[in-house]
Amino acid sequence: MSNLTILILIPLITALTVLFAKTTAQIRWISLIGSVIQLAVAALLMKAYYAERAAGNTAQMLFEYRCNWFTPLNIEYYVGIDGISLVMIMMTAFVVVAGILISWKVETLTKEFFFLLLMLSMGAYGFFISLDLFTLFFFLEVAVIPKFLLIGIWGSGKKEYSAMKLALMLMGGSALVMVGILATYFNSDTGNGAHTFDLLKIAAQQIPYNAQLFIFPLLFVGFGVFTALFPFHTWVPDGHSSAPTAGSMFLAGISMKLGGYGCLRVATYLMPQAAEHYSGIIVLLATIAIVYGAFATLMQKDLKYINAYSSVSHCGFILLGIGMMTKTALIGAVMQMVSHGVMTALFFGAIGMIYERTHTREVEKLGGLLKTIPFLATIYIISGLCSLGLPGLSGFVSEMTIFMGAWQRPDAYHRIATILSCASIVVTAVYILRAAGKAMMGPITNEHYLHLEDATWNEKIASVVLTLGILAIGIAPFWLINLIEPDTQLIMNGIARGITGN
Amino acid sequence: MSSLNIVLIPLLPLAVFLLLGLFGRKYLSKFAGVIATFSVAVAAFLSLSTAYSYFFITGKTEGVYQKLEVMKFTWLQFAPNISIDMGMLIDPISVMMLVVVTFVSLMVHVFSLGYMKGEARYATYYAYLGLFTFSMLGLVLSTNIFQIYMFWELVGVSSFLLIGYYFEKPSAVAASKKAFIVTRFADLGFLIGILILGFNAETLDFGTLIQRLTDPTSTYLQGSVASSFLGISSLTWGLVMVFLGGAGKSAMFPFHIWLPDAMEGPTPVSALIHAATMVVAGVYLVARLFPVFSFDVAALDVVTYVGAFSAILAAVIACTQTDIKRVLAYSTMSQIGYMMFSLGVSRYGGEHGLGYMASMFHLFTHAFFKSLLFLGAGAVIHMVHSNEMSDMGGLRKSMPITHITFLIACLAIAGVPPFAGFFSKEEILLAAFHSNKLIYVLALFTSGLTAFYMFRLYFSIFWSKETQHTTDAHHDEHDHGEGTLSMKIPLIILGICAISSGFVPIASWITSDGLPLETHIDMAFSVAPVALGLGGILLALFLYKKANPRPDTIATSMGGFYRAAHRKFYMDELYLFITKKIIIKLVGRPAAWIDKNIVDGFMNFIAAVTALFSELIKGLQSGKLQQYAAYYFAGVLCFVLLFIYLWH
Repeated sequence: MSNLTILILIPLITALTVLFAKTTAQIRWISLIGSVIQLAVAALLMKAYYAERAAGNTAQMLFEYRCNWFTPLNIEYYVGIDGISLVMIMMTAFVVVAGILISWKVETLTKEFFFLLLMLSMGAYGFFISLDLFTLFFFLEVAVIPKFLLIGIWGSGKKEYSAMKLALMLMGGSALVMVGILATYFNSDTGNGAHTFDLLKIAAQQIPYNAQLFIFPLLFVGFGVFTALFPFHTWVPDGHSSAPTAGSMFLAGISMKLGGYGCLRVATYLMPQAAEHYSGIIVLLATIAIVYGAFATLMQKDLKYINAYSSVSHCGFILLGIGMMTKTALIGAVMQMVSHGVMTALFFGAIGMIYERTHTREVEKLGGLLKTIPFLATIYIISGLCSLGLPGLSGFVSEMTIFMGAWQRPDAYHRIATILSCASIVVTAVYILRAAGKAMMGPITNEHYLHLEDATWNEKIASVVLTLGILAIGIAPFWLINLIEPDTQLIMNGIARGITGN
Repeated sequence: MSSLNIVLIPLLPLAVFLLLGLFGRKYLSKFAGVIATFSVAVAAFLSLSTAYSYFFITGKTEGVYQKLEVMKFTWLQFAPNISIDMGMLIDPISVMMLVVVTFVSLMVHVFSLGYMKGEARYATYYAYLGLFTFSMLGLVLSTNIFQIYMFWELVGVSSFLLIGYYFEKPSAVAASKKAFIVTRFADLGFLIGILILGFNAETLDFGTLIQRLTDPTSTYLQGSVASSFLGISSLTWGLVMVFLGGAGKSAMFPFHIWLPDAMEGPTPVSALIHAATMVVAGVYLVARLFPVFSFDVAALDVVTYVGAFSAILAAVIACTQTDIKRVLAYSTMSQIGYMMFSLGVSRYGGEHGLGYMASMFHLFTHAFFKSLLFLGAGAVIHMVHSNEMSDMGGLRKSMPITHITFLIACLAIAGVPPFAGFFSKEEILLAAFHSNKLIYVLALFTSGLTAFYMFRLYFSIFWSKETQHTTDAHHDEHDHGEGTLSMKIPLIILGICAISSGFVPIASWITSDGLPLETHIDMAFSVAPVALGLGGILLALFLYKKANPRPDTIATSMGGFYRAAHRKFYMDELYLFITKKIIIKLVGRPAAWIDKNIVDGFMNFIAAVTALFSELIKGLQSGKLQQYAAYYFAGVLCFVLLFIYLWH
């Protein structure tokens, strides 16, 4: 048994144990303990990874494990990690712990709620470690289905509509991914006419250029739906705003990153020539998402809608980083995935905790919360500052890395896209400060707010854990870069090789 | 000068921020002020000792002041040749700024002990001050253009937090937002400038960047001059963009609109951030990159004209304002304009670098007398509980110390010898005279205006009508009198500095090329500015010493011009028009509408079509056996007919 499988087993076992729990308290504690163990395992994994690398292990993937699953079609259970997957796993583990802590007070169908959260996280872990396209797709689906139920059952507002919209659009994306994966499979060749789902083998043998041109859009758009690729982003605002707090955290923090990771690891890595071919369109769509998402955010009146639209804008940076096709920009894209994952989870967490107390998320109705619930309001402001790219917090580092990478493309088209994207950070400042200035600062608008209770212990821990994550990236980005730099180099090598054609 | 000392200077305020930010509210609220003041005092002492050892002992090599780098490490490696290195750069201007920042910060810390006493968020206030001091020190010590950008943003956010300190007041929130957003917009230019310069020079390190972009034989410089966009070389673009960021922070036209509103913050904060330190960051930035600027006359011209225009515009507006802090804010903008155009008219090296030296000199003296003016205004506001001139008058008796020190500062800013402002302004005028007569005339006129509006302020506060404050004061239980000892001491110390700082031999320490510069005050040259200054003072004396209708008559006779100046030439209205009408209504609203109706509408349309289609065909699966049987036979019939057709 490979030691990576443990990453899937822990959430699975925890989820199953939750089903047998007797009381609500047991459910909570089991979920929490399970997710903390997972976090510890992720940390140990990171340590082991460093040790392996320090010992001179230069293999692309570490801790590989494979076994046949369905031999006739060469479907394998094949896992392994590199630096990119490792940081995604770390990010997921942080978000899951915080999400569970914040869901402490879920009273209706508690067992099912935590079960679904854990299953969702299992899907994400499985996705990040998979090196077999079929396994990868399997885990992608595992991560989608719980979201439908989480929103449909525990959501708020027009939750049925949102749940349906989200599930249908993500399923649509998955369908494209499925077609893309099958097309990749049939274009792969292990030498004796057999096909393979093995990611590394496909990357090594190169898919014919014409096939790439056909497959790449399928995969990129399919994964793009997950990461709010314009114009397939409309599930994001409705989905997030209807989802329960932990649901939003998982959705924005983890699920949207599945898409970005897929775009990078599957679409771009396997089809570098096509990626280069289509990169102009990717940059265009990403820039639209960034700028237009930011402007659309300006008009939102609900805290969750603000953050959801802002996620569209921020996830646009991930795609921009990929589309720019320079190594620095790719590093930035990965950093943005991690940074946005932690930051947006904290942001949605703060909004959820505030909503639980004020029972409204309307910016106009809120006011003066910094006075009555200083801890939560401060957390909101910190996540806001991270979102608008304050140095010392994670958003700054990743966005600047992307800008730096983007500027390496000297032609007018890429320059304009870069400048427009840079300009969006001003708009971000406008909408963040509008919301924070009205809801957190200003006079207290409702007497009821005077008697609000500030964060409880579980909420405090959750907030502090995520805040530390933001700070760790923002203050010391070098550890993150050191982890992902060698692996983005490999992707870049693929692109370079594809372009020179040998 | 040990590197440990230098590292401690910024770290002490940071430690205060962390300590008070995390535990201040609950556990340390009583001691917050003392802890913060003590640590800043240590930082100020370390700065002074650093300055001493730099200027007198270790700084010079063969008569030239060197740039030293302390504690440099790579923080973020973007690409093999582009990285952000964190470090501390010790050179004449950064050492001078270290002293200015820590010293003024110390004065403000001490002053606030009395001024902010009894505030509910006392610890938070000191935590923010610590954050600001740390960021500002980080800014001045930066070795890397990206490092300076980071601290630049941090300074911006601490300014945001401090302006919005009274966050329950909507006006304070609006002002803090405005300050942040306007400077952020300017910072966008800075960022793009960094990208242009950084990629042209293939480095972000100040030393290497300056070296590569000032060596005429280097391919980097040739490349950046050769490549152009819209007929302007990329070097000029980069420098102008960087200057844009500096103009935002330093409240130069047209980004100045945030500064007067920023006066919503506590007054000691205005003294520290919006008078002495943060607002001169733009000047500092241009000075830091000055060798590169000096190679690009076009960019320097932009600096000159923006600076000169801001100086005179602000001086005109300051004459019409009635809120004492706003008068001071416009006066700050005007004085920074002086520093800017002084840099603009300067060139590199020797005598040509007079403007550079003068600008730094003025920055130095201005820090003292302007923070003194703000702290004095703070003491006045503390007593009368109003910012409006009309609520003041005759305070010279009840506030003797404030009165004397305020007068000293007014004389200093008016350029009356031998107060500090005289010397530095004289050098600036001299530099302008030698290089650009138009600028010289504008500057001369502005210095007359400066004397006028400062003494208008002075007479309105301390003379004019004898208000009831002196008599009613004893009955008012909220009245604090002239303030505590902790408020008076900084006034006295700064008053001494406002007199003496003009005698500091900046010219032999801080020059564009690191070599000492011989300067002398030419009596004949000084006649015009001093006469204009005295004229301004006399005019103010005539109009404002006693309450009289003359000022109103003049204001009425000036008609539209006065009204326009009083309304700050409608810049705020323009700002509101751009943000509210254009950005939100013309861009934001359509974007949101399109998203909701067109993009999402399309998705819903697809869903609706699918639903409609399934509605149409769902009748086929009715579950009725007879129907299925009928379909079955119809199908069989079709096949039969098909086969017959095919095989017949």
